Amino acid sequence: MALYSKKIMEHFRNPKNVGRMKNPSSAGRAGNMVCGDIMYLYLKITKDKKGREIIKDVKFETFGCTVAIANTSLLTTMVKGKTLEFAAKITKEDLIKKFKQVPLIKIHCSLLAVDALSEAIYDYFKKQGRPISSELQAKHKRIQKEEKEIEHKHEELVELEEKLHKH
Amino acid sequence: MDKHIYLDYAATTPVDPRVAKAMSPWFTEKFGNTMSLHSFGQEAKSALEESREQIAGLIGAKPNEIVFTSSATESNNTALKGVALARRSLGEGGFANHIIISPIEHPCVMEAARWLELQGFEITRLPVDKYGLVGLKDVETAIKPETILVSIIHASNEIGTIQPIAKIGEICRAKGVLFHTDAVQSLGKIPIDVNKMNIDLLTASSHKMYGPKGAALLFIKEGIKITPLLHGGGQENGLRSSTINLPAIIGFAKTCEIYKKEALRRGSGQGENQRIAKLRDKLITGVLNKIPGSHLNGHPKKRLANNANFWFEFVEGESIVIQLDLLGVAASTGSACSSAKLEPSHILLAIGLKAEQAHGSLRLTLGRWTKESDINFVLKVLPKIIKNLRKISPLKG
Repeated sequence: MALYSKKIMEHFRNPKNVGRMKNPSSAGRAGNMVCGDIMYLYLKITKDKKGREIIKDVKFETFGCTVAIANTSLLTTMVKGKTLEFAAKITKEDLIKKFKQVPLIKIHCSLLAVDALSEAIYDYFKKQGRPISSELQAKHKRIQKEEKEIEHKHEELVELEEKLHKH
Repeated sequence: MDKHIYLDYAATTPVDPRVAKAMSPWFTEKFGNTMSLHSFGQEAKSALEESREQIAGLIGAKPNEIVFTSSATESNNTALKGVALARRSLGEGGFANHIIISPIEHPCVMEAARWLELQGFEITRLPVDKYGLVGLKDVETAIKPETILVSIIHASNEIGTIQPIAKIGEICRAKGVLFHTDAVQSLGKIPIDVNKMNIDLLTASSHKMYGPKGAALLFIKEGIKITPLLHGGGQENGLRSSTINLPAIIGFAKTCEIYKKEALRRGSGQGENQRIAKLRDKLITGVLNKIPGSHLNGHPKKRLANNANFWFEFVEGESIVIQLDLLGVAASTGSACSSAKLEPSHILLAIGLKAEQAHGSLRLTLGRWTKESDINFVLKVLPKIIKNLRKISPLKG
């Protein structure tokens, strides 16, 4: 019996699009150090003949568990070569469906991957000085807020550590 | 996956074939209930008492000081709650309601203490140093007139650090406070004498020492009264009602007998623990030398013969464990991603590791069937695993 599905293990064993991108069009980050997942997504965006914005290249870096790494890898393969519009519509449910089975406590890893992508798209629009949809704006606010909450939780943990560790 | 290298002996151990063999007739032919008057029952009863004698002998206790339970969790719960409930009314001019534990106890002690806290008991969690050692001065100053029990784990299940149990016991005895120790990881690896070490209550478990699951013990020094958690037919001197799990206890006794003969053989330098300690040292030195950004958790010397625990910069422990598993090596981690709570190990945080450091931890625990070639294999594959995971990590700088 294995802990994770075949598809998760495929991406974990052989992750696609790994690394830091030189001169990306934009980048996004999601996650936190307390629960132990940090994901970075880098996008290179160009226009196709019809003038649509295409994700020409995508790279990721993840500090995290098996499912976190597999999720970011899977997501990059889903958006590479696709339009920005398509990428923006991907949800965590789409990732979970592809993996067939994700343990309950790992569902947030799928959300984090989608969040990192959403942040990268936000960053792209911002850099371009273009209007940002209210939906993307709201998502950005939620992700930022969640990071702060976790930081707050982290501070509590640090305090606890100091209390227990007075030597 | 061709290889099967088990390096998680602190989680559980395989049953020694000699133990399994000794247990076998007690399932089918000799199945009696120890409480029955007929010969089936009496045969079981005398085997139970022989087992009790065998096991008591390993820790220098009298047979009547051993209560059999189903698990270390049950023994630890019985020790903490049983003493707390029995002693609560003994306080002078009020309730005696104060219990002292360390911050690196097993969850069953941490949670039993938390439950007692909810019932109105006061719990002090002592500080530990960066190796996880409890300070003797801290024990001494924490004890007050209301204190009824000090409970400190003998050797850490996670980082392997061994506490100065005899000295802590001495302090408790001088102050008239009961002392309990969770010796689940240490029994069989460190010689234990409850009298010489000033221990009033001690927990040990069969399945961490090549015995079966489902058998554990609580040593309770003669004369100490505890309130039982299970009420019923009055087995185990009324301290633990339940039909005795005799096959498991027979196995527990057999494994103790083997331990006495083989593992604790001293002086010759050839005992099982010396062999394992040598392999552990090879593993620790090898990992620290071969992998940059690797650190040892726990005390460098005062540690269990079979425990190695590291943390690696920029990588996450669950990923390491799964990568090792793909190569046939079984290990464990204190990373949050491996726990149901998504919080890093409280033990690693207590010794001062930051969350991201605790996330990068890996525990390898050796045992009776660990071979040198197993250690060589880990030393061959682990540097590559860490290197590859670092390639993916955004934290590498």
